[in-house]
Amino acid sequence: MRGFIRGFAHFWYDFLIGDDWKIAAAVVTTLVMGAAVLLAFSPRDLVFTPIMGAGLMVAFVVVLRIDTRAK
Amino acid sequence: MDAAAWGLGTAVFLASTVEMVEAMTIVLAMGMTRSWRSTLAGVAASLIALAAFTAAAGYALVTWLPEAALQLVIGTLLLIFGLQWLRKAVLRSAGRKALHDEDQIYAEEVEQARSAGAVSSPGLDWFSFVVSFKGVFLEGVEIVFIVITFGLNAHNMPVAIVAAVLGCALVAAVGIALRHPLSRVPENTLKYVVGLLLSAFGTFWSVEGLGVLRPGRESLEWPGEDLAIVALVAAWFVLSRILVAVLRRTDPASSPTAPANQTVR
Repeated sequence: MRGFIRGFAHFWYDFLIGDDWKIAAAVVTTLVMGAAVLLAFSPRDLVFTPIMGAGLMVAFVVVLRIDTRAK
Repeated sequence: MDAAAWGLGTAVFLASTVEMVEAMTIVLAMGMTRSWRSTLAGVAASLIALAAFTAAAGYALVTWLPEAALQLVIGTLLLIFGLQWLRKAVLRSAGRKALHDEDQIYAEEVEQARSAGAVSSPGLDWFSFVVSFKGVFLEGVEIVFIVITFGLNAHNMPVAIVAAVLGCALVAAVGIALRHPLSRVPENTLKYVVGLLLSAFGTFWSVEGLGVLRPGRESLEWPGEDLAIVALVAAWFVLSRILVAVLRRTDPASSPTAPANQTVR
């Protein structure tokens, strides 16, 4: 039973988070920050959405930079 | 069919094709080396499990989540999914990660099947049943996830379903005809394209879905509405090419003393 639960949890972790947890962390962090800005300042949609898109791209670059930095 | 439906259909078709190629490799390895009867029984069982999973997941998503929340949840999942693919594609294009090789994976599966002991002729061969069930179910869940997320968000489930069925049927037909893993499918390029599409749609929907947090719970608007998806595909593509170029220029593996393709997990 324990093996089944572990396998089940492993499957969903693998499926949702994948082999690099930093991608999921970067996406969620950026969206949480965006949500905070949205609630605090109520920016106009047409300004806020492209900025969020750019923010997600910056987050991706940061993850890739961490992955490939010289050790 | 309008442009949005074609975009939806193309994204789902390509993603399904890539996932189906991986499932086909496992099925062929088990069928050719152990038992076709048990392998096909595993495939049939996984298809039944997938149908139940699809019905449950689709019903739960549609019934319990308001539209903006749906966009936020599945847009975020899609984005995580897409960026994983895009990350690997960038690293592969930059020579920082070994290319996906279906022939090598097939050889590994065959070796595993042979080392699992002899096949007992009467009854079910559990090894090939379980491996093919697991392989088809895992890849199938990814296809189902893509169909549900794309179909629901684009309000066009029929196109998403038909595109996925076409992608799977095409790979199955070619695989059955050749009886060989589909290593000639440009899988790395397809994964790059699918990664771009998933990332663009995921960005669009996850940001749109943040509107669920505001009073009124309505989705946020992108400039140009759905056309913003095209701009996002272009933006992710340009960013990925810049990253590939930068990583190639600074590749430690390009030094004559360093081993290639070993820099990143």
